Amino acid sequence: MSRTFEQEEPAIAIHGLTMKYGTRLIQQDLNFTVNQGDIFIIMGGSGCGKSTLLKHLIGLYEPAAGEILYDGQSYTAGDEKTRQALRARWGITFQSGALFSGMTLAENVALPMHYSGIDKSQIRERVAFKLALVGLAGYEDYYPSQISGGMCKRAGLARAIALDPDILFFDEPSAGLDPLSARRLDELILNLRDSTGATVVMVTHELDSIFSVGTNSVFLDAQTKTLLDTGCPVWLREHSRHDIVRSFLSRGEAGQPMASRQGDKQ
Amino acid sequence: MISFHQDDASHLSITLSGDWRVMNAKSCRKIKEQITSSSSTIRLIPGHDFHWDSQLTAFFYQLELQASQNETRLDFSAMPEAIQQTMTLATAVPPVKPEAGFSKRFAPFYQTLTEAVETLAFIGEMALAFGRFLIGRSHIRLTDVSAALHQAGPQAIGIITLISILVGMILAYLGIIQLQQFGAEVYVANLVGLGMVREMGALMTAVIMAGRTGAAWAAELGAMKVNEEVDALSTMGINAMDFLVMPRLLAMIIIMPLLCIYSFFLGMIGGGVVALGMDMTPRLYIAQLIQSFGVVDMAVGCFKGLVFGVLIVLSGCQAGMSCGGSSAAVGQATTRAVVMAIVLFVVADAGINILFFHMGI
Repeated sequence: MSRTFEQEEPAIAIHGLTMKYGTRLIQQDLNFTVNQGDIFIIMGGSGCGKSTLLKHLIGLYEPAAGEILYDGQSYTAGDEKTRQALRARWGITFQSGALFSGMTLAENVALPMHYSGIDKSQIRERVAFKLALVGLAGYEDYYPSQISGGMCKRAGLARAIALDPDILFFDEPSAGLDPLSARRLDELILNLRDSTGATVVMVTHELDSIFSVGTNSVFLDAQTKTLLDTGCPVWLREHSRHDIVRSFLSRGEAGQPMASRQGDKQ
Repeated sequence: MISFHQDDASHLSITLSGDWRVMNAKSCRKIKEQITSSSSTIRLIPGHDFHWDSQLTAFFYQLELQASQNETRLDFSAMPEAIQQTMTLATAVPPVKPEAGFSKRFAPFYQTLTEAVETLAFIGEMALAFGRFLIGRSHIRLTDVSAALHQAGPQAIGIITLISILVGMILAYLGIIQLQQFGAEVYVANLVGLGMVREMGALMTAVIMAGRTGAAWAAELGAMKVNEEVDALSTMGINAMDFLVMPRLLAMIIIMPLLCIYSFFLGMIGGGVVALGMDMTPRLYIAQLIQSFGVVDMAVGCFKGLVFGVLIVLSGCQAGMSCGGSSAAVGQATTRAVVMAIVLFVVADAGINILFFHMGI
C-alpha cells in the first residue's frame, strides 16, 4: 500500500491548511502528506471541499491559513518564480477536460509545450505520442465539440502529461463516464503512474476508482469541516475509527446510516 | 377540527381530526400559539376521519422550527408512519443559519466596492501585460490577434456601414431644419463633417462594437471561466491576461481608428444624400465638407475611437474574466460588459471634450 512508496521527502506535505470562501469556512487544520508514487485520493461527500482542496493544491486559491510544501519546498510562502518552477512540474486534468474549444486536440496538447522551450519540430511528434498514450491517435485535427465527453477527458489528460509532470492532479476523472470508460481511464492512470513514476492526486467519490487505483487517501467531512481519516482506502473501509468513513466506503452498508448525514452541502 | 388536552403541567396533546388537506388558518394559529406556551412536550394525535396531504407536513415542519427555538419537543409518534418518516427526513439536517443582518444589509455596497477594486486591479494587470508585450516577454499568440482582428473588423463592417450612413443622414436632417431658417443650408455639410469626425463617428462605432464584439468577448471569456479553461491556463503557467486579453486589446487598438475613419466617410455620404435631396450640388457639398474639418479633427476622432476601443476591451474582458461559475453568470457578465462600456464611453467622451476644449484642440 502507500507505505511501499515511502521516501525521505514526501511529494506533498500539508500543514494546518484552513480553507475559506470569503468568511465561510470550508475545512480547517488539514494535515497530511502525499508520498512519491502514491495514487492519493481526496474523498468525502458532496460539498465537503474536495475540489476546493484540489484548487488550493494547484495554487488557484490562496489558503486562509497553513502551508503546502512540494518536495519540502513551500508553495504558499514561495515567490512567483518558485511557484512558477513548482507549477511547471504539475499536470492537471479538470472535471470537464477544460479543453480550449477554439483549438484542435493537437493544438490543445501542444499549448503547454509552446511555452516550455521545446523545439517546434519536436512538438508535432510529442503531441501525436501523447494523444496515442490516451488512446486518441489520429484525433489531432478534431475539435473538442466533435468528440465525446470521455474523449475530452482523455484529451485533457494528454494535455496534462504533455510536459511529463512529476505530479498529476485529477478532478473527478470518472464523473459522468460510463462504467467501461471510467474503468479504462483508471487503468490509464495506473499505467501512467507505473511508467512515469508520477505521483497522482485525485478527487473522486467513485468507489470503484477509489479501490482500484487508490494507494492512500484522506476523507473530508462537511459537518465537522475537518479531515476525518487518512490511509489506504481498502484498509479504511474495514478499520476506520469513524462510522461515516466505513459507511461511505461500503456504500452505506456499514456504520451509521447515510440518510442522517445527507444534505451537507451548504 | 382540533382539540387540546393538557396531560400534565408540561405535556399537551393536540388531536387533529377531519380533513386537513385544506388548511384552516385559525386552527393553525391556535396550534402555533401552544408552542409559545409553557408545555415542554406537545403530542400531535390524529383524530377520527383524519385526512392529510403534504401541506400538513409542510405546516408541521414550520411548527418544528418554531418548537426548536422555544425548546419545545413535538411528538409525532402517534401520527401516520408516512408523516413520521417525512418529518425525520426533513429534520435530519438542521437549517443553515442565515447571514447576520449587518453583513446582509451591506452586501450590495460591499459587492460594488469589490467590483470597483477588481476593475482597478484589471486595469493594472492589463497595463503590465501591455508592458510585457512591448518588451517581447508576453505569452500572446499572433494567431489569436488575427482571429480577434477578423472578429472585430471585417465581421463588423456591415452594421457599421448601415449605422454610419443613417447617423450622417440624421445629422443632416437635424441641421437642415435649423439652418433653413437663416438661409444657411449650405453649412449642413460643415455640421455633418465636423459632427461625424469629432463626435458621432467614434461614438456610434464604439456603441456598435460594445454591443457586438465586447458582449461576445465577455460571453466567450465567461464561458471559458465556467468551463475551467482559464484555470487550466494559469495552471499551465500561461498568463491568462497575455493569452486571452492582450490579443483582443491589440486587435481593438488597430481596428478602432480604422473603423472610425470608415465611419466618418460613410456618415458624410449619408449626409450628402440628404443635402443633394435639398437641391445642394455635389460640388458645393464636397467643397464645403473639405473646409469643415482638418487633420487635427480626424486625429481627435481617431483618438476617441482608440480610447473607446480600450474601454470596450476593459469592460468586456473584465466582465468575462470575473464571471461566476454558472451559466446565468455568463449572461450577467455580458450585460455588465455592454452597460459598463456605454457608461464609460459617455464619461470618457465628456472628459476628452472638456480637456481638448481647454487645450484649444
